[in-house]
Amino acid sequence: MSSTTSQNAVGRGRLAALQTWIDDRFPMTTLWKSQVSEYYAAKNFNFWYYFGSLALLVLVIQLLSGLFLAMNYKPSSAEAFNSVEYIMRDVEWGWLIRYIHSTGASAFFIVVYLHMFRALLYGSYQKPRELLWIFGMLIYFALMGEAFFGYLLPWGNMSYWGAQVIVSLFGAIPYVGDSLMEWIRGDYYISDVTLNRFFAMHVIALPLALVFLVIGHVIALHEVGSNNPDGIEIKYVKGPDGIPLDGIAFHPYYTVKDIVGVGVFLILFSLVIFFAPMMGGYFLEHANFDPANSLQTPPHIAPVWYFTPFYAILRSVPNKPLGAALMGVAVLLFVFLPWLDRGKVKSIRYRGPLFKFFLAAFAISFVALGYLGMQPPTPTYTMAGRVFGTVYFAFFLLMPWYTSIDKTRPVPTRVTYHGH
Amino acid sequence: MTEQVDAGRRHFLTVATAAVGAVGAGFAATPFLASWKPSARAKAMGAPVEVDISKLEPGALLKIEWRGKAVYIVHRTPQMLSQLQGMAARLRDPESAESDQPAFAKNEARAAKPEYLVLVGVCTHLGCAPLDKFTPGDVTVSADWPGGFFCPCHGSKFDLSGRVFKDVPAPTNLPVPPYTFVTDTRLLIGAEAGNA
Repeated sequence: MSSTTSQNAVGRGRLAALQTWIDDRFPMTTLWKSQVSEYYAAKNFNFWYYFGSLALLVLVIQLLSGLFLAMNYKPSSAEAFNSVEYIMRDVEWGWLIRYIHSTGASAFFIVVYLHMFRALLYGSYQKPRELLWIFGMLIYFALMGEAFFGYLLPWGNMSYWGAQVIVSLFGAIPYVGDSLMEWIRGDYYISDVTLNRFFAMHVIALPLALVFLVIGHVIALHEVGSNNPDGIEIKYVKGPDGIPLDGIAFHPYYTVKDIVGVGVFLILFSLVIFFAPMMGGYFLEHANFDPANSLQTPPHIAPVWYFTPFYAILRSVPNKPLGAALMGVAVLLFVFLPWLDRGKVKSIRYRGPLFKFFLAAFAISFVALGYLGMQPPTPTYTMAGRVFGTVYFAFFLLMPWYTSIDKTRPVPTRVTYHGH
Repeated sequence: MTEQVDAGRRHFLTVATAAVGAVGAGFAATPFLASWKPSARAKAMGAPVEVDISKLEPGALLKIEWRGKAVYIVHRTPQMLSQLQGMAARLRDPESAESDQPAFAKNEARAAKPEYLVLVGVCTHLGCAPLDKFTPGDVTVSADWPGGFFCPCHGSKFDLSGRVFKDVPAPTNLPVPPYTFVTDTRLLIGAEAGNA
């Protein structure tokens, strides 16, 4: 090194040497480039494209806040309820950690539902993204399991009876139902044994599964490339440098964009945590402030809001095995979307009126069922549940028909983009 | 020695290794899956319980706990018993043919002694605890309500013998647990006479 070289260059030289040392032993730079700085996504991403990165953020928030809750929580029927009160009252900042975790659970479902709706809008599940979609659905199922197991842990009366209702769904399976329920509970009722194993599932099995599934989801995404609001494959139009003409590097362009989304999200998230952690009984149900009582069902039992659309379908069927089966099918149907959709275009921008009509009807039904699932079971609500449930199933089951005859518009070769 | 690869032999060895591995994995999984079954302690705690019903007033309901489940004991009045007749048209399983009860309770009263009704207070739909709505015409249920049990979770209705109504989600009548009268005023819940 000449004496005129600045101190910085010497520093850079050492850093570069360290980078080379690592790269010879681990593909750090290669991974960074292929997955981040040279991963090209379409330049026309809009509002709907915030929710993937936000889902990842909420996963990290849940893993961290959950880790710290587990340090003070006791998974036994004698101590669980009181240990949650202990966290709320005696542990320094315990109330904040718990409210972060309970609000995070609802936030997770909000961003995941919006993320899924984005896929419906722009056909992101269509060929060649079928496996990406299936990974996403597996994440959704793992998330439902995680939410279900986690909901029992506070050992409030709503926790208790919610678990009782969901475990009883397995009793609807012919022949093996009763012994299957006993196997899941490990007892003749939801007991200390059940609580202990649900805790293990909630803190070890499902978080691990979620992390691995998210890794698979991102690997599949980076293999096929991100879809975009025009539903155009940007890799078909490349510049002389081999980079898609409509593509921009994920870093710095989308990392910067996503940071804006993170900022807005965290503002809303904090508003809930500090000013409305119960969200009027929607995020934390009132009946859960009574300890679990195996002899007394709360007067009105309803799952947390994110399960209510499926719960409303279950309730509208006056037949136990059929109701449970339809509820399961309602959840599973999403998996088959890539094969139910016969549309020649991906994005709603170029779809015909039939798809737009059915998607709108589906979205309205999903929200309406979600509302009905929280209401007491009156004949009027049950009838409304049947109507909206029919629309829900029609969206999926009629899809091969209406997508194949729909009048689509021609898709341009380049994405629609307006400079800012 | 030949350099030739014996593909058939390799295929056989691959399949044989995979098969042995799969059987081994199955055996290794068994203890873990079986550990989820009710433990010896859980089974022991599911033993029968004895109840004194001498202080149960006519028309009143007593809730006791057996295997973590509520067991309802109702001292039915003659009026309540007379309500049971003529219900058949509104019930899904009036003869208790598809329902779960000891043989002695497979009748209209679903009881060993008609004035004492013993039921597991767990809705056969999804396991909520049905409420006692014994007053006929109770408007919280419906105007033509004859009196019985009403599940607040999903609206299932049962008559004063725990028999399920038509057009509700619950598929069968409320279960009657095995029980026996030790004396006229002492009930043993969880065991039938002869195998207590």
